[in-house]
Amino acid sequence: MNMMTEAAVEKALDQRMNDLSYKMIGKDVSVYYGEKRALFDVNLNVRQNTVTALIGPSGCGKSTFLRTLNRMNDTIDNCRVTGRITLDGDDIYDPSIDVVELRARVGMVFQKPNPFPKSIYENISYGPRIHGLARSKADMDQIVEASLQRAGLWNEVKDRLQESGTGLSGGQQQRLCIARAIAVSPEVILMDEPCSALDPIATAKVEELIHELRSNYTIVIVTHSMQQAARVSQRTAMFHLGQLVEENDTDKMFTNPDDQRTQDYIMGRFG
Amino acid sequence: MSQVVTPTATVPGARTPRRDIGLKKRYAAERRFRAYGIAALSFGLIFLFVLLWSVVSKGYTAFQQTGVTLAVEFSEKIIDPQNQRASNPQVLLTANYPVLARNALANALGVAQNDRAKQKELGQMLSDGVRSQLRDMVVADPSIIGKTKTVTLLAAGDIDSAFKGQINLSVPQENRKVSDQQVGWMNKLAEAGALAKHFNTGIFFNGASSRPEAAGVGVALIGSFYMMLIVLVLSLPIGVAASIYLEEFAPKNRFTDLIEVNINNLAAVPSIVYGLLGLAVFINFMGLPRSASLVGGFVLTLMTLPTIIIATRAALKAVPPSIRAAALGLGASKMQTIFHHVLPLAMPGILTGTIIGLAHALGETAPLLLIGMVAFVANFPTTPMDPSTALPVQIYMWANEAERAFVERTSGAIIILLLFLIVMNVGAILLRRRFERRW
Ligand SMILES: Nc1ncnc2c1ncn2[C@@H]1O[C@H](COP(=O)(O)OP(=O)(O)OP(=O)(O)O)[C@@H](O)[C@H]1O
Ligand SMILES: [Mg+2]
Repeated sequence: MNMMTEAAVEKALDQRMNDLSYKMIGKDVSVYYGEKRALFDVNLNVRQNTVTALIGPSGCGKSTFLRTLNRMNDTIDNCRVTGRITLDGDDIYDPSIDVVELRARVGMVFQKPNPFPKSIYENISYGPRIHGLARSKADMDQIVEASLQRAGLWNEVKDRLQESGTGLSGGQQQRLCIARAIAVSPEVILMDEPCSALDPIATAKVEELIHELRSNYTIVIVTHSMQQAARVSQRTAMFHLGQLVEENDTDKMFTNPDDQRTQDYIMGRFG
Repeated sequence: MSQVVTPTATVPGARTPRRDIGLKKRYAAERRFRAYGIAALSFGLIFLFVLLWSVVSKGYTAFQQTGVTLAVEFSEKIIDPQNQRASNPQVLLTANYPVLARNALANALGVAQNDRAKQKELGQMLSDGVRSQLRDMVVADPSIIGKTKTVTLLAAGDIDSAFKGQINLSVPQENRKVSDQQVGWMNKLAEAGALAKHFNTGIFFNGASSRPEAAGVGVALIGSFYMMLIVLVLSLPIGVAASIYLEEFAPKNRFTDLIEVNINNLAAVPSIVYGLLGLAVFINFMGLPRSASLVGGFVLTLMTLPTIIIATRAALKAVPPSIRAAALGLGASKMQTIFHHVLPLAMPGILTGTIIGLAHALGETAPLLLIGMVAFVANFPTTPMDPSTALPVQIYMWANEAERAFVERTSGAIIILLLFLIVMNVGAILLRRRFERRW
């Protein structure tokens, strides 16, 4: 890509904007926290029904990029985003786009499980309720059950839906958060180190879940575990110092990366 | 990461001599700190106990009142000598009822009708309140005129004090409020079972009176109740709304910093200044009535607002950001995030702040003095616009009275104030429990 001229890149990107196999397209995305620049002209595309892993050393801007995809950066004071990000070809930073609707389409799972301190049922039903997805109580019950089923949590919690979500184990809480995100039927799910607080067994469960979700959703996942990136993703993007170093098929990335820095990072030479 | 390089300081198996890190000292320091804590706590508890003890020991007698149970003859000769009551109901209101009571007492003690001096002393043994007590009976049921009924009459404040043993009877007769003669009668009546202590409902329900035996905190209770209601209804929504705006919506700039500093300062402004403000704004400028609990409520609202705002902001700040992120990430609007998630979690803290503010307001005296709530109000206020007093002001007024019987009533009123506070606090705790349990 470095070989291409500016104009050629421009043209290629414009073509991609209309390419429906790309769910989300980021073009020249830069993010500033006040004076400090955290992302430098990142061009990264997210493919439909694909798990894209974002890797890179701490502080390189993975979370920052992830947050630009559903405008969670809006909630941070003094954070400024430039460039263009599209979802199905529509610019999500366009004033005509409603951020509430955007976040319903692009859901998020956070690093630390953060269930609402309410019942398990209410945790799941909250999103559908505010978005008016259920017409009746029966509808809602169905959404709750389906979401929990998909998140692989149903069998563990079906008898205690009215108990507090914070009473679950860490891994269950994270799957509850995933179920909560699924409940509003998003198209894209962003996950910021979803397994960093989980033990290997819970991690395996979440990874399995990500695997299954892939057929219905487009997933972007930030992870610090190379093994995890290799296991769950089809595409991997490597960030370093706010720049996108390389984006490639995961297989290629882990066997024969184009960039030396990727190689070094994956081999554990820095980070 | 899998390949984390650990510092090479520790070699497994190698025994390096331990540096002396002063473990003993550390434990000693910890023990000392605990001792300080326990000492401070005991100190506080002792003072609380002394305070309660002094108030309760002085005040519990205020909840008993000496009464004389007598056979009162509702003589037509005295109440309505010209038999005009059918045409002129006014006579029933103006009749000389104390004479009825005095005669009943004279009868019981066998004092001659024509012994003027003794009759006068007898009259002084009964409260002035008997006038209204007997009048109310007659007005309610005029048919009792001519009959004899057993009535428990209020004893005068001095007799009350003497009967409770609060007057030193060893000093010469001239230097005390009750004469030896009266003490003799008192003992005689007590032996006969006519003079006895009863539970004093009057202290809760009566209005102001210059006679201690007929004085009560009824008006003050209503005034305080109205004011608390006004403070709650105004300061809670205004304070919470202001805090939410400042904490969640307002841009962080110089101006909001200035507002924040000023709110913190306002919380420290002496309360009497609020009284002056209330006098200038609500009474002189807006023309609201003096002595009204409405104005008192407004002034106390101003005083309570900073407390509630500070507490609410702290409670909002304490809600973990992850909860906000979770709601926002689901596509909840800012409003929804705050009202569905943040506010309910902050509620216990907000309630605590509110109750502290209310308790503070309940005990506030100085600003109320300035807006004229230190008035002699005998009639019950029906609306917050009517003149009334407040509990602490009533305590202040009673503390300035000379009669011995007011001393115990002052402490009694303090006990009532404390009970009021306890009720409020318990209410808040129950409410907080409910909110906490929901989560
Ligand atoms: N709210 C913020 N305000 C100011 N600077 C921020 C903020 N969030 C992130 N940054 C800065 O932006 C840069 C990128 O941060 P980011 O959180 O995206 O890193 P990351 O790749 O997710 O790191 P990690 O793997 O440790 O989570 C860092 O230098 C960080 O200090
Ligand atoms: Mg991060």
